[in-house]
Amino acid sequence: MIALIDYGAGNIRSVQNALTRLGIESKLTNQADELRAADKIIFPGVGDASFAMNQIREYQLDTLIPTLTQPVLGICLGMQLLCNSSEEGTTDALGIFNTSVKEFQPILNVPHTGWNSCEIKSSPLFNGISSDDDFYFVHSFYAEVCTDTIATCDYIEPFSAALQKSNFFGVQFHPEKSAEIGSKLIQNFLEL
Amino acid sequence: MLKKRIIPCLDIQNGRTVKGINFEGIRDAGDPIELAKRYVKEGADEIVFLDISATNDKRKTICSLVEKIASEITIPFTVGGGISSLEDAQAVIQAGADKISINSAAIRRPELIQEISNRFGKQCVVVAVDIKKINEDWIVFSNGGRLNTELRAIDWCKKISRLGGGEILLTSMNNDGTKAGFALEITDQIARIVSIPVIASGGAGSIEDFKLLFTQTKASAGLAASIFHYQEVELQALKNELKTFQIPIR
Repeated sequence: MIALIDYGAGNIRSVQNALTRLGIESKLTNQADELRAADKIIFPGVGDASFAMNQIREYQLDTLIPTLTQPVLGICLGMQLLCNSSEEGTTDALGIFNTSVKEFQPILNVPHTGWNSCEIKSSPLFNGISSDDDFYFVHSFYAEVCTDTIATCDYIEPFSAALQKSNFFGVQFHPEKSAEIGSKLIQNFLEL
Repeated sequence: MLKKRIIPCLDIQNGRTVKGINFEGIRDAGDPIELAKRYVKEGADEIVFLDISATNDKRKTICSLVEKIASEITIPFTVGGGISSLEDAQAVIQAGADKISINSAAIRRPELIQEISNRFGKQCVVVAVDIKKINEDWIVFSNGGRLNTELRAIDWCKKISRLGGGEILLTSMNNDGTKAGFALEITDQIARIVSIPVIASGGAGSIEDFKLLFTQTKASAGLAASIFHYQEVELQALKNELKTFQIPIR
Protein backbone atom coordinates (compact mmCIF):
# COMPACT_ATOMS: atom_id res chain seq x y z
CA MET A 1 0.00 0.00 0.00
CA ILE A 2 1.17 3.51 -0.84
CA ALA A 3 0.39 6.01 1.92
CA LEU A 4 0.03 9.76 1.41
CA ILE A 5 0.70 11.71 4.58
CA ASP A 6 -2.47 13.70 5.27
CA TYR A 7 -1.73 16.65 7.53
CA GLY A 8 -4.20 19.17 6.17
CA ALA A 9 -1.87 20.74 3.59
CA GLY A 10 -2.65 21.22 -0.11
CA ASN A 11 -2.23 19.26 -3.35
CA ILE A 12 -2.63 15.80 -1.82
CA ARG A 13 -5.43 15.16 -4.25
CA SER A 14 -3.35 15.89 -7.33
CA VAL A 15 -0.70 13.46 -6.11
CA GLN A 16 -3.38 10.85 -5.53
CA ASN A 17 -4.78 11.51 -9.02
CA ALA A 18 -1.31 10.92 -10.49
CA LEU A 19 -1.05 7.57 -8.69
CA THR A 20 -4.55 6.58 -9.83
CA ARG A 21 -3.57 7.34 -13.44
CA LEU A 22 -0.68 4.90 -12.98
CA GLY A 23 -3.16 2.32 -11.70
CA ILE A 24 -1.84 2.54 -8.13
CA GLU A 25 -4.12 2.56 -5.12
CA SER A 26 -3.16 4.88 -2.31
CA LYS A 27 -4.43 5.89 1.08
CA LEU A 28 -4.51 9.28 2.77
CA THR A 29 -3.58 8.88 6.41
CA ASN A 30 -1.95 10.47 9.44
CA GLN A 31 -2.14 7.33 11.59
CA ALA A 32 1.19 6.00 12.88
CA ASP A 33 0.31 2.31 12.46
CA GLU A 34 -0.90 2.80 8.88
CA LEU A 35 2.18 4.81 7.95
CA ARG A 36 4.52 2.24 9.47
CA ALA A 37 2.77 -0.56 7.57
CA ALA A 38 2.87 1.20 4.16
CA ASP A 39 5.25 -0.05 1.43
CA LYS A 40 6.05 3.49 0.33
CA ILE A 41 5.14 6.89 1.65
CA ILE A 42 4.60 10.16 -0.20
CA PHE A 43 4.82 13.39 1.77
CA PRO A 44 3.17 16.09 -0.34
CA GLY A 45 2.59 19.72 0.44
CA VAL A 46 1.83 23.19 -0.84
CA GLY A 47 1.56 26.27 1.31
CA ASP A 48 3.30 27.85 4.25
CA ALA A 49 6.13 25.94 5.98
CA SER A 50 5.54 27.05 9.56
CA PHE A 51 1.78 26.40 9.28
CA ALA A 52 2.56 22.95 7.88
CA MET A 53 5.12 22.17 10.63
CA ASN A 54 2.53 23.06 13.26
CA GLN A 55 0.13 20.61 11.64
CA ILE A 56 2.87 17.96 11.57
CA ARG A 57 3.48 18.47 15.30
CA GLU A 58 -0.24 18.46 16.01
CA TYR A 59 -0.55 14.98 14.49
CA GLN A 60 2.73 13.94 16.26
CA LEU A 61 4.21 13.17 12.85
CA ASP A 62 7.39 15.10 13.76
CA THR A 63 8.58 12.19 15.91
CA LEU A 64 7.23 9.49 13.59
CA ILE A 65 8.53 10.62 10.17
CA PRO A 66 12.29 10.50 10.99
CA THR A 67 11.90 6.90 12.21
CA LEU A 68 10.28 5.59 9.01
CA THR A 69 12.31 2.87 7.29
CA GLN A 70 10.49 2.41 3.95
CA PRO A 71 11.11 4.74 0.96
CA VAL A 72 9.65 8.20 1.62
CA LEU A 73 9.24 10.85 -1.10
CA GLY A 74 8.74 14.48 -0.08
CA ILE A 75 7.27 16.71 -2.79
CA CYS A 76 7.77 20.51 -2.85
CA LEU A 77 6.91 21.70 0.68
CA GLY A 78 7.12 18.06 1.81
CA MET A 79 10.76 18.02 0.66
CA GLN A 80 11.47 21.33 2.38
CA LEU A 81 10.03 20.03 5.65
CA LEU A 82 12.53 17.14 5.54
CA CYS A 83 15.39 19.70 5.70
CA ASN A 84 16.87 21.20 8.87
CA SER A 85 14.98 24.47 8.95
CA SER A 86 13.07 26.96 6.83
CA GLU A 87 13.26 30.73 6.62
CA GLU A 88 9.53 30.69 5.89
CA GLY A 89 8.15 31.62 9.30
CA THR A 90 11.63 30.66 10.65
CA THR A 91 10.58 27.18 11.64
CA ASP A 92 12.66 24.15 12.61
CA ALA A 93 11.94 21.25 10.29
CA LEU A 94 12.41 17.48 10.46
CA GLY A 95 16.18 17.45 9.96
CA ILE A 96 16.61 14.52 7.56
CA PHE A 97 18.41 16.40 4.78
CA ASN A 98 21.40 18.33 6.01
CA THR A 99 20.49 21.67 4.49
CA SER A 100 18.34 24.69 5.18
CA VAL A 101 15.56 26.34 3.20
CA LYS A 102 15.99 29.96 2.14
CA GLU A 103 13.87 32.55 0.37
CA PHE A 104 14.74 33.54 -3.22
CA GLN A 105 16.05 37.08 -3.68
CA PRO A 106 13.69 38.67 -6.22
CA ILE A 107 16.35 39.19 -8.90
CA LEU A 108 14.14 37.24 -11.31
CA ASN A 109 10.39 36.58 -11.00
CA VAL A 110 9.43 34.95 -7.72
CA PRO A 111 7.86 32.41 -7.37
CA HIS A 112 10.05 30.39 -9.74
CA THR A 113 7.15 29.25 -11.95
CA GLY A 114 7.30 26.92 -14.90
CA TRP A 115 9.28 24.14 -16.55
CA ASN A 116 12.97 23.86 -15.81
CA SER A 117 15.66 21.22 -16.25
CA CYS A 118 18.04 19.84 -13.61
CA GLU A 119 21.64 18.71 -13.47
CA ILE A 120 21.09 15.11 -12.37
CA LYS A 121 23.47 12.90 -10.39
CA SER A 122 23.02 9.17 -10.73
CA SER A 123 20.08 8.04 -8.60
CA PRO A 124 17.45 5.32 -9.04
CA LEU A 125 14.84 8.09 -8.75
CA PHE A 126 16.04 9.51 -12.09
CA ASN A 127 16.34 6.22 -14.01
CA GLY A 128 15.62 6.91 -17.67
CA ILE A 129 15.47 10.68 -17.06
CA SER A 130 18.13 13.04 -18.40
CA SER A 131 19.38 16.52 -17.59
CA ASP A 132 17.56 17.72 -20.74
CA ASP A 133 14.15 16.80 -19.34
CA ASP A 134 11.99 19.49 -17.75
CA PHE A 135 9.91 19.36 -14.59
CA TYR A 136 7.24 21.79 -13.40
CA PHE A 137 8.37 24.04 -10.53
CA VAL A 138 6.45 26.58 -8.49
CA HIS A 139 8.11 27.83 -5.30
CA SER A 140 9.47 30.94 -3.56
CA PHE A 141 11.76 29.11 -1.12
CA TYR A 142 14.58 26.73 -2.01
CA ALA A 143 16.86 24.19 -0.30
CA GLU A 144 20.55 25.01 -0.53
CA VAL A 145 22.82 22.58 -2.34
CA CYS A 146 24.37 20.05 0.11
CA THR A 147 25.93 16.58 0.21
CA ASP A 148 22.44 15.02 -0.01
CA THR A 149 21.67 16.84 -3.28
CA ILE A 150 21.03 14.44 -6.19
CA ALA A 151 19.79 17.05 -8.70
CA THR A 152 20.53 20.75 -9.00
CA CYS A 153 18.43 23.38 -10.71
CA ASP A 154 19.71 26.86 -11.50
CA TYR A 155 17.28 29.76 -11.01
CA ILE A 156 18.61 32.94 -9.41
CA GLU A 157 21.18 30.55 -7.93
CA PRO A 158 21.81 26.80 -7.95
CA PHE A 159 19.53 24.97 -5.51
CA SER A 160 18.55 21.40 -4.61
CA ALA A 161 15.95 20.16 -7.11
CA ALA A 162 16.16 16.70 -5.51
CA LEU A 163 17.68 15.26 -2.33
CA GLN A 164 18.33 11.76 -1.05
CA LYS A 165 19.50 10.38 2.26
CA SER A 166 19.17 6.62 2.88
CA ASN A 167 15.45 5.83 2.44
CA PHE A 168 14.39 9.49 2.22
CA PHE A 169 13.92 11.25 -1.12
CA GLY A 170 12.70 14.75 -1.84
CA VAL A 171 11.92 16.72 -4.99
CA GLN A 172 11.30 20.47 -5.21
CA PHE A 173 9.34 20.18 -8.46
CA HIS A 174 5.90 18.64 -8.92
CA PRO A 175 6.22 15.22 -10.61
CA GLU A 176 2.41 14.90 -10.43
CA LYS A 177 2.17 17.95 -12.75
CA SER A 178 5.17 17.22 -14.97
CA ALA A 179 3.53 15.23 -17.79
CA GLU A 180 5.16 11.93 -18.77
CA ILE A 181 8.55 12.70 -17.27
CA GLY A 182 6.88 13.28 -13.90
CA SER A 183 4.99 9.99 -14.16
CA LYS A 184 8.30 8.29 -14.94
CA LEU A 185 9.83 9.67 -11.75
CA ILE A 186 6.85 8.55 -9.65
CA GLN A 187 7.10 5.12 -11.23
CA ASN A 188 10.82 5.00 -10.41
CA PHE A 189 10.01 5.79 -6.79
CA LEU A 190 7.33 3.10 -6.67
CA GLU A 191 9.83 0.57 -8.06
CA LEU A 192 12.50 1.27 -5.41
CA MET B 1 17.01 27.17 -17.84
CA LEU B 2 13.44 28.25 -17.15
CA LYS B 3 11.37 27.67 -20.29
CA LYS B 4 8.96 30.03 -22.01
CA ARG B 5 5.47 28.55 -21.76
CA ILE B 6 2.90 27.98 -24.52
CA ILE B 7 -0.63 27.92 -23.13
CA PRO B 8 -3.72 26.93 -25.11
CA CYS B 9 -7.00 28.35 -23.81
CA LEU B 10 -10.35 26.56 -24.00
CA ASP B 11 -13.65 28.42 -23.78
CA ILE B 12 -16.19 26.32 -21.90
CA GLN B 13 -19.93 26.68 -21.87
CA ASN B 14 -22.08 24.32 -19.82
CA GLY B 15 -19.23 21.83 -19.62
CA ARG B 16 -18.46 21.81 -23.38
CA THR B 17 -15.90 23.63 -25.49
CA VAL B 18 -17.58 26.41 -27.39
CA LYS B 19 -15.52 27.21 -30.43
CA GLY B 20 -15.81 24.85 -33.34
CA ILE B 21 -13.09 22.25 -33.35
CA ASN B 22 -12.06 20.07 -36.22
CA PHE B 23 -9.43 17.81 -34.73
CA GLU B 24 -9.38 14.42 -36.32
CA GLY B 25 -9.58 11.41 -34.09
CA ILE B 26 -11.61 13.06 -31.39
CA ARG B 27 -15.01 11.42 -31.37
CA ASP B 28 -16.68 14.12 -29.34
CA ALA B 29 -15.26 17.39 -30.53
CA GLY B 30 -17.05 19.33 -27.84
CA ASP B 31 -15.43 17.48 -24.95
CA PRO B 32 -12.92 19.80 -23.26
CA ILE B 33 -11.11 16.90 -21.62
CA GLU B 34 -10.41 15.12 -24.91
CA LEU B 35 -9.14 18.36 -26.41
CA ALA B 36 -7.02 19.13 -23.36
CA LYS B 37 -5.49 15.66 -23.42
CA ARG B 38 -4.57 16.19 -27.04
CA TYR B 39 -2.90 19.49 -26.17
CA VAL B 40 -0.93 17.80 -23.38
CA LYS B 41 0.30 15.18 -25.81
CA GLU B 42 1.36 17.86 -28.28
CA GLY B 43 3.42 19.64 -25.64
CA ALA B 44 1.20 22.30 -24.05
CA ASP B 45 2.96 23.65 -20.95
CA GLU B 46 -0.26 24.56 -19.16
CA ILE B 47 -3.93 24.86 -20.09
CA VAL B 48 -6.43 27.60 -19.28
CA PHE B 49 -10.13 26.74 -19.08
CA LEU B 50 -12.34 29.78 -19.31
CA ASP B 51 -15.96 29.20 -18.34
CA ILE B 52 -18.16 31.62 -20.25
CA SER B 53 -21.55 30.16 -19.32
CA ALA B 54 -23.91 32.37 -17.40
CA THR B 55 -26.14 30.03 -15.45
CA ASN B 56 -27.08 30.25 -11.80
CA ASP B 57 -25.64 26.94 -10.67
CA LYS B 58 -22.48 27.61 -12.63
CA ARG B 59 -20.21 26.75 -9.71
CA LYS B 60 -21.55 23.21 -9.51
CA THR B 61 -21.11 22.46 -13.22
CA ILE B 62 -17.63 23.96 -13.37
CA CYS B 63 -16.50 22.09 -10.25
CA SER B 64 -17.61 18.74 -11.58
CA LEU B 65 -15.75 19.47 -14.82
CA VAL B 66 -12.66 20.58 -12.87
CA GLU B 67 -12.68 17.28 -10.95
CA LYS B 68 -12.68 15.35 -14.22
CA ILE B 69 -9.92 17.52 -15.70
CA ALA B 70 -7.78 17.11 -12.57
CA SER B 71 -8.04 13.34 -12.70
CA GLU B 72 -6.94 13.16 -16.34
CA ILE B 73 -4.57 16.05 -17.06
CA THR B 74 -0.90 15.68 -16.15
CA ILE B 75 0.12 19.35 -16.37
CA PRO B 76 -0.94 22.44 -14.40
CA PHE B 77 -4.22 24.04 -15.37
CA THR B 78 -6.02 27.30 -14.61
CA VAL B 79 -9.76 27.82 -14.32
CA GLY B 80 -11.36 31.22 -14.84
CA GLY B 81 -14.68 32.80 -15.61
CA GLY B 82 -17.01 34.26 -13.02
CA ILE B 83 -14.85 33.61 -9.95
CA SER B 84 -15.90 36.51 -7.77
CA SER B 85 -15.29 35.47 -4.17
CA LEU B 86 -12.93 33.55 -1.92
CA GLU B 87 -15.62 30.85 -1.73
CA ASP B 88 -15.74 30.50 -5.54
CA ALA B 89 -11.95 30.22 -5.64
CA GLN B 90 -11.89 27.69 -2.83
CA ALA B 91 -14.50 25.50 -4.56
CA VAL B 92 -12.55 25.42 -7.81
CA ILE B 93 -9.18 24.85 -6.13
CA GLN B 94 -10.56 22.08 -3.95
CA ALA B 95 -12.06 20.46 -7.04
CA GLY B 96 -8.45 20.21 -8.29
CA ALA B 97 -7.55 23.35 -10.24
CA ASP B 98 -3.90 24.38 -9.82
CA LYS B 99 -4.67 28.04 -10.39
CA ILE B 100 -7.72 30.25 -10.61
CA SER B 101 -8.03 33.32 -12.79
CA ILE B 102 -9.94 36.40 -11.64
CA ASN B 103 -10.69 39.57 -13.56
CA SER B 104 -13.65 41.91 -12.94
CA ALA B 105 -14.10 40.81 -9.32
CA ALA B 106 -10.52 41.88 -8.56
CA ILE B 107 -11.14 45.27 -10.11
CA ARG B 108 -14.30 45.74 -8.05
CA ARG B 109 -12.56 44.57 -4.88
CA PRO B 110 -8.74 44.36 -5.14
CA GLU B 111 -8.44 42.78 -1.64
CA LEU B 112 -9.81 39.60 -3.20
CA ILE B 113 -6.34 39.03 -4.69
CA GLN B 114 -4.82 39.24 -1.23
CA GLU B 115 -7.46 37.01 0.34
CA ILE B 116 -7.02 34.18 -2.17
CA SER B 117 -3.25 34.58 -2.13
CA ASN B 118 -3.06 34.39 1.67
CA ARG B 119 -5.34 31.38 1.83
CA PHE B 120 -3.96 29.27 -1.05
CA GLY B 121 -0.61 30.83 -1.93
CA LYS B 122 0.21 33.37 -4.62
CA GLN B 123 1.19 30.65 -7.08
CA CYS B 124 -2.50 29.89 -7.69
CA VAL B 125 -3.70 33.46 -8.26
CA VAL B 126 -3.74 34.51 -11.92
CA VAL B 127 -5.18 37.97 -12.47
CA ALA B 128 -6.53 38.50 -15.98
CA VAL B 129 -6.26 42.05 -17.27
CA ASP B 130 -8.03 43.18 -20.45
CA ILE B 131 -6.53 46.35 -21.89
CA LYS B 132 -7.30 48.71 -24.75
CA LYS B 133 -5.25 51.55 -26.19
CA ILE B 134 -7.04 54.89 -25.92
CA ASN B 135 -5.24 58.09 -26.92
CA GLU B 136 -1.79 56.52 -26.63
CA ASP B 137 -2.55 55.15 -23.15
CA TRP B 138 -3.38 51.54 -22.26
CA ILE B 139 -6.54 51.39 -20.14
CA VAL B 140 -8.05 48.45 -18.20
CA PHE B 141 -11.52 47.24 -19.19
CA SER B 142 -13.72 44.96 -17.08
CA ASN B 143 -16.92 42.94 -17.51
CA GLY B 144 -15.69 41.09 -20.56
CA GLY B 145 -14.23 44.24 -22.08
CA ARG B 146 -17.46 46.23 -21.90
CA LEU B 147 -16.64 48.60 -19.07
CA ASN B 148 -13.91 51.25 -19.12
CA THR B 149 -12.44 51.24 -15.59
CA GLU B 150 -10.28 54.30 -16.33
CA LEU B 151 -7.41 52.48 -14.60
CA ARG B 152 -4.05 52.72 -16.35
CA ALA B 153 -2.79 49.23 -17.24
CA ILE B 154 0.61 49.83 -15.67
CA ASP B 155 -0.84 51.10 -12.39
CA TRP B 156 -3.27 48.20 -12.09
CA CYS B 157 -0.59 45.60 -12.87
CA LYS B 158 1.76 47.08 -10.26
CA LYS B 159 -1.05 46.91 -7.73
CA ILE B 160 -1.81 43.28 -8.63
CA SER B 161 1.82 42.38 -8.01
CA ARG B 162 1.85 44.26 -4.71
CA LEU B 163 -1.37 42.60 -3.48
CA GLY B 164 0.02 39.10 -3.95
CA GLY B 165 -1.11 38.16 -7.45
CA GLY B 166 0.97 35.24 -8.75
CA GLU B 167 0.76 35.91 -12.49
CA ILE B 168 -0.78 38.44 -14.86
CA LEU B 169 -2.70 37.25 -17.91
CA LEU B 170 -2.56 40.32 -20.12
CA THR B 171 -4.97 40.52 -23.07
CA SER B 172 -4.80 43.34 -25.56
CA MET B 173 -8.33 43.95 -26.86
CA ASN B 174 -6.85 45.83 -29.81
CA ASN B 175 -4.98 42.71 -30.90
CA ASP B 176 -7.43 40.00 -29.82
CA GLY B 177 -8.92 38.22 -32.81
CA THR B 178 -6.77 40.05 -35.35
CA LYS B 179 -4.12 37.32 -35.72
CA ALA B 180 -1.70 40.19 -36.37
CA GLY B 181 0.56 39.49 -33.41
CA PHE B 182 0.78 40.23 -29.69
CA ALA B 183 0.86 43.79 -28.28
CA LEU B 184 4.63 43.65 -27.83
CA GLU B 185 5.40 47.07 -26.44
CA ILE B 186 2.92 47.20 -23.56
CA THR B 187 3.51 43.52 -22.75
CA ASP B 188 7.22 44.16 -22.40
CA GLN B 189 6.68 47.33 -20.41
CA ILE B 190 4.49 45.55 -17.87
CA ALA B 191 6.67 42.43 -17.72
CA ARG B 192 9.66 44.63 -16.84
CA ILE B 193 7.81 46.57 -14.15
CA VAL B 194 6.22 43.72 -12.17
CA SER B 195 8.12 40.97 -10.36
CA ILE B 196 5.66 38.23 -11.33
CA PRO B 197 5.31 36.35 -14.64
CA VAL B 198 3.26 37.94 -17.44
CA ILE B 199 1.31 35.72 -19.83
CA ALA B 200 0.66 37.53 -23.12
CA SER B 201 -2.66 36.99 -24.85
CA GLY B 202 -4.49 38.37 -27.85
CA GLY B 203 -3.36 38.49 -31.46
CA ALA B 204 -1.39 35.28 -31.97
CA GLY B 205 -1.75 34.24 -35.59
CA SER B 206 1.52 32.56 -36.52
CA ILE B 207 4.73 31.01 -35.26
CA GLU B 208 6.44 34.32 -36.04
CA ASP B 209 4.17 36.08 -33.51
CA PHE B 210 5.40 33.82 -30.70
CA LYS B 211 8.98 34.28 -31.85
CA LEU B 212 8.58 38.06 -31.62
CA LEU B 213 6.89 37.74 -28.22
CA PHE B 214 9.78 35.78 -26.75
CA THR B 215 12.62 37.68 -28.41
CA GLN B 216 11.28 41.22 -28.03
CA THR B 217 9.53 41.08 -24.65
CA LYS B 218 10.14 39.70 -21.18
CA ALA B 219 6.81 37.79 -21.23
CA SER B 220 7.02 34.36 -19.53
CA ALA B 221 4.31 32.74 -21.60
CA GLY B 222 2.09 33.14 -24.65
CA LEU B 223 -1.58 32.16 -24.69
CA ALA B 224 -3.80 31.50 -27.69
CA ALA B 225 -7.10 29.82 -28.42
CA SER B 226 -8.41 29.70 -31.97
CA ILE B 227 -5.13 29.12 -33.81
CA PHE B 228 -4.69 25.91 -31.80
CA HIS B 229 -8.36 24.92 -32.05
CA TYR B 230 -8.37 25.23 -35.81
CA GLN B 231 -4.84 23.83 -36.09
CA GLU B 232 -3.66 26.91 -37.96
CA VAL B 233 -0.60 26.60 -35.78
CA GLU B 234 0.28 23.20 -34.39
CA LEU B 235 1.72 23.18 -30.91
CA GLN B 236 4.49 20.72 -31.67
CA ALA B 237 5.60 22.53 -34.83
CA LEU B 238 5.47 25.85 -32.98
CA LYS B 239 7.67 24.61 -30.16
CA ASN B 240 10.16 22.94 -32.49
CA GLU B 241 10.47 26.08 -34.57
CA LEU B 242 10.94 28.36 -31.54
CA LYS B 243 13.77 26.10 -30.34
CA THR B 244 15.67 26.78 -33.54
CA PHE B 245 15.80 30.47 -32.55
CA GLN B 246 17.49 29.60 -29.23
CA ILE B 247 14.31 30.43 -27.32
CA PRO B 248 14.16 28.22 -24.20
CA ILE B 249 11.24 25.89 -24.89
CA ARG B 250 10.34 22.54 -23.33
